Amino acid sequence: MKILTTPRMERCIGCHSCSLACARLVHKRLSWDTAGIRIRTSGGLSTGFEARTCLACNPAPCAQACPTGAYSQRKGGGVIVRKKLCIRCGECAKACPVDAIYLDHTGEPFVCIHCGRCVPYCPHDCLETEEVITESAAGEKGEEVQS
Amino acid sequence: MIRDHFRIVTINLTTGQSAIVDVGGRNEVAGGSGLAAHLFAKYGQADKPWDEPEQPLIFAIGPLTGYFPLMSKTVCAFRSPYHNQYAESHAGGRSALALRFADLDAVVITGKAPKPVCIFLGSRRIEIKEVHYLWGMDVYATGKYLRHMFRGSGHRSILRIGPAGENGSSMAGINADTYRHFGRLGGGAVMGVKNLKGIAIQGDSTFLLPGNKDYPRLFEEVHKQLTDTDMMSKYHDLGTPSNVIPLNSIRALPVRNLQDTSDPNIAGISGERFAEAALLRNNACAGCPVGCIHIGFVRERFAKENRYLYRQIAYDHEPIFATGSMLGVLDCFRVLDIIDIVERMGLDVISGGVALAWATEAFEKGIISEKETIIPLKFGDAEGYKEAMKHLAMGTNEFYQTLSKGTMVAAERYNGKDFACVLGQEMAGYATGEVFFTSQALGFRHSHLDSGGYSYDQKTEEKNVEKAVDFLVREEQERVFLTSMIACLFARSVYNGELLGRCLNSVGYADLAGSISDVSRHIQKMRWRTRFATGFDPGSISIPKRFTEIETCKGKIDAEYLQKLKDGYAQRIIELSADDDKKTEEKR
Repeated sequence: MKILTTPRMERCIGCHSCSLACARLVHKRLSWDTAGIRIRTSGGLSTGFEARTCLACNPAPCAQACPTGAYSQRKGGGVIVRKKLCIRCGECAKACPVDAIYLDHTGEPFVCIHCGRCVPYCPHDCLETEEVITESAAGEKGEEVQS
Repeated sequence: MIRDHFRIVTINLTTGQSAIVDVGGRNEVAGGSGLAAHLFAKYGQADKPWDEPEQPLIFAIGPLTGYFPLMSKTVCAFRSPYHNQYAESHAGGRSALALRFADLDAVVITGKAPKPVCIFLGSRRIEIKEVHYLWGMDVYATGKYLRHMFRGSGHRSILRIGPAGENGSSMAGINADTYRHFGRLGGGAVMGVKNLKGIAIQGDSTFLLPGNKDYPRLFEEVHKQLTDTDMMSKYHDLGTPSNVIPLNSIRALPVRNLQDTSDPNIAGISGERFAEAALLRNNACAGCPVGCIHIGFVRERFAKENRYLYRQIAYDHEPIFATGSMLGVLDCFRVLDIIDIVERMGLDVISGGVALAWATEAFEKGIISEKETIIPLKFGDAEGYKEAMKHLAMGTNEFYQTLSKGTMVAAERYNGKDFACVLGQEMAGYATGEVFFTSQALGFRHSHLDSGGYSYDQKTEEKNVEKAVDFLVREEQERVFLTSMIACLFARSVYNGELLGRCLNSVGYADLAGSISDVSRHIQKMRWRTRFATGFDPGSISIPKRFTEIETCKGKIDAEYLQKLKDGYAQRIIELSADDDKKTEEKR
């Protein structure tokens, strides 16, 4: 099981290619918001950039807060997303300690599903996927993302 | 969002009213440069001067903004205080994507606020906020306060002016997101006369992508071309300062007010020297994986004890030429010191540097004295230039007020026209020869990027006026379509007509994709017509004597060839603007 990590954010130049790739490839949108990874400055352009993305918590507070099962615990950390079940209550975003979940103006949540599709678009190799050991990989399926 | 029309916001600062307006013409003017000229025709006043409150300040993006890499720039258009004619200035940074995600193809600002204001924009926000307390602040301080007042780190763009813009200097630029600029032709003064200190744009909406499979595939292809090949390595590595050494070695670098075209000690301000000693990090415009923005640092000891502060200052070839070689300052850290002051003051660095280079030669020749310059000006004296830049921005006395209207204005007032390095506006950092001088003197933006004159000079020995003019007109036509998309011109070798057609097709602009040549020609003519309507007279542009006195790699400048080129290009521009599109179609 892999998770997305951001080990070299000091190299980030703020091009937003990762966010745009996630929105384009995972969520089929043009956006730098509705993405599992979002880049912000840490207090103006002279102070560098930070990534807002899921830290692959296990247990994940957002999954525990979700009342419908739209977010459920993913083996290895993070969540499996079933958008059809989401009632847009926003509890997941409230529960996330690192502001990794973006709610659009309709209340729809967007979070990293650790698919790693953003990684090749980073020109400075800031991102990578990392293998994590899980108790059992049996029965694990790819995350479901439905708009 | 993909639309067959433009969605723009108009903001009247006199009344405080704003409106969302649908404007037609997508298939005729595309966006960017074309849209800006289209909007100036709708909202501009050809019979009124630049500082009439109703004159519009326009920001426009293009149909591909945000959809493909390096479609990352914004066109700013206005009637310029520099020549009182229609003008464009382009900038990177985040404003292009912020406008895209604010769901606006353009912003049109008219009127004059009764007190200093900032405009806050987003997909669900239009607000004019009174900010009298920011008036007088430099560009950096203004940015810091606006960041506090307008939350949305990372996905917002903050455009602002410094004292130069407030003071109505024709050399005042608009700072875009700290490290980029709508630098040239006085856009900062246009904001200043409107009492508009800043514009903050939040890109906070999202759009569904076209359902076809072509778009993501094509994006992948374009991204690969732009990043996997060595096409962009120049901009990714040393950046544009990689030009300094090659230009110096072919005697094409303006040095000490173009009294020379090379200097044996140029290594102190080469791209290599900056990278080795002063480069702190890189930045990118939003939507561009190349990241050509090079940020250097200077540290300053401010106390006898070991107490330091440090500053971060972006550098490029043009600022290095303008505050370095042109002023005889050949140390990279001293160059950054001067650029830092220019940035704070909100001056256009090219015009500021070239203006002070002229003032220094005039001072040396005894045409002006400390009575005018306040401090002695001497080539190589960075400390003096830091002070002089402040005087230029503040308009401290009559001399600096005159100089801030343009180097040629001061040269006419104080004498010294022969050595004013002005080609329509203060020259860019290429002394490559006759074709470039002609290209900048008459080019639409008076920019080296209007067409590739500097490249033509370096590649072509033949002195054929017709061929050279054909080249300039053709290049301008290709580039005007790129600046209507609006692409960074650094990507011009990747985004050819065929690829742009595929890009437009993939996101749903099939009609535009099928008529790129016609639309390019139309926009080219329309821009020139707009310029002529506001008073452009190519016959009034002269190329000062200094440009004929220098030697480049090809030897002495051929004054006769230069004159013929200028006359030939002027004639073609007149023909272009007079040419009716329908007649052209009939001819075809």
